[in-house]
Amino acid sequence: MDITLIWYLVPALVMFCCGVYGFLTRRNMIAMLISLELMLNAVDINFVVFNRYLYPGSMEGWMFTLFGIAIAAAETALAIAIIINLFRVSKNIDVRDATKMKY
Amino acid sequence: MDYSQFLALKQEIGLLIIFLLVFLYDTFACKKSQGALPVITTVLMAVLVAWGFCPVVKADAVAFAGMYVTSPVMVAIKNILNVGVLIVLIQSIKWANSEFTSVRRGEFYELILLTLLGMYFMISSRHFLMFIIGLETASLPLCALVAFDKNRYESHEAAIKYVLTAVFSSAILLMGLSLVYGLCGTLYYEGISYAIASNFGVMTVVGLAFVMAGFGFKISLVPFHLWTADVYQGAPTSVTSYLSVISKGSAAFAFLVVLTQVFGTLYSEAWEWMLYALIILTITVGNLFAMRQVNMKRFLAFSSISQAGYIMLAVVGDTPMGVSALMFYVLVYVFSNLAAFGVIGAIENATGKVEMTDYNGLYKTNPRLSFTMMLAMFSLAGIPPFAGFFSKFFVFTSALSGSESVALYVLVLIALINTIISLYYYLLVVKAMFINDSETPIATFRSACSERLGMWICVAGIIGLGIISYFYNYLLNVVA
Repeated sequence: MDITLIWYLVPALVMFCCGVYGFLTRRNMIAMLISLELMLNAVDINFVVFNRYLYPGSMEGWMFTLFGIAIAAAETALAIAIIINLFRVSKNIDVRDATKMKY
Repeated sequence: MDYSQFLALKQEIGLLIIFLLVFLYDTFACKKSQGALPVITTVLMAVLVAWGFCPVVKADAVAFAGMYVTSPVMVAIKNILNVGVLIVLIQSIKWANSEFTSVRRGEFYELILLTLLGMYFMISSRHFLMFIIGLETASLPLCALVAFDKNRYESHEAAIKYVLTAVFSSAILLMGLSLVYGLCGTLYYEGISYAIASNFGVMTVVGLAFVMAGFGFKISLVPFHLWTADVYQGAPTSVTSYLSVISKGSAAFAFLVVLTQVFGTLYSEAWEWMLYALIILTITVGNLFAMRQVNMKRFLAFSSISQAGYIMLAVVGDTPMGVSALMFYVLVYVFSNLAAFGVIGAIENATGKVEMTDYNGLYKTNPRLSFTMMLAMFSLAGIPPFAGFFSKFFVFTSALSGSESVALYVLVLIALINTIISLYYYLLVVKAMFINDSETPIATFRSACSERLGMWICVAGIIGLGIISYFYNYLLNVVA
């Protein structure tokens, strides 16, 4: 059985949609951050697979993935730092309670 | 490797040198001389503004295998951003020297300069890898800046809202880019536009929609605007003014470049209509929500949302004139919005008040501040002869100059009606200051020398840009 492009694209799409769903429904900020990571990793899979199957002559997609991983790591580090700061102030990381400013 | 290509990065290298100088001073200067850091940074920034206007050897240059380009247009928009950052730095000197911020003011300046560097690369990139790196360099330090007031809960809440939406939007943008890459096999702007022209399909439109959604978050266009008001309210006022003019202006210009250079062939098939919907929603919703705000910073947040809609009007015509109209709009917007934020920041630093009702009777106690605020409001609303009128005028003209379609006329008509609606809430502020009486008006105070200097520059800009046609002609010549 041949493993073709679609075998990779469908899981990546499912991962991305799970990430979006999780981001919209989870109420714990850490869980939301994990959902964001799912979305970013799905994008990385897309880039690698497109490069491997469709354009094997170049390395653009792989390079993009490397930078994408680095950027995702930076984003996570920053978001965790901000969440820790928020926790120190309010002892709570539930987004339902971060509603002092509205409308 | 050809090292002469680094000559193309004139402004980037200048900014990097300034950043390193500020960083080294902040790290190694003795405790006594630390207090001079805000002034030193501001002076260095002024040098960078002057450096940006110096003539270059080659006006059009390419570096890094075509990933980076520079041209007179790029230099002009970077100069506009530089001027805006200079005003922001001037206005924030007093805040940076205040008791709570002085221990970590170095970080404020370093992060601000780094985000500016990211915006430079975002504007100049001709490859999506360079673009994404620039975008993230511009938006991640801003999240840290929003959380700068460590002792205020609102600052943290705003920061968490900003960082989550920023990462979410860049994930969506990256997804769109991966689809575009799968279709075209390259990430160069030129290559993509060449490939799209030959195979137009559903996937292209899906990729375009994802990219537009990602940009919509950055410029706060309407279905993606919900973070704006909270972040603007929670962030320190200096950071808010930076977010609202510099960050938005650079993202709008990058959006223009991506839409015209990458997806230019899809203009009538796809993105013209997407932009229609976005612009109408943005202007209308921004206006309607601005009316019911009582906090001045939230009020300016919704005002800046509707202004973003007007900026996008310059893009929808897809003409060269639109580029100069957009740059002129951003330039005018820098002066008017920073004048308003200068007044808000001065009052907040002196008294801690940011509600609109606090401004009742301000004219009797602080006539000069009220006058500056009034000019800013008139310019934002677009009352001649102030600059805001002409920037709106050129934006409308450029939207109509491209084609004769009825839809464009309807769009401009809706935008015009919204200008009149916006007059109502801008004048509410003026009415509060000049007409309303208050039992406890804000006491007469003298704002700091730096704050006054910043406001003087803004007032000069608001009046000068409206009366002197040189600036618009200059931008028009740069594009042509």
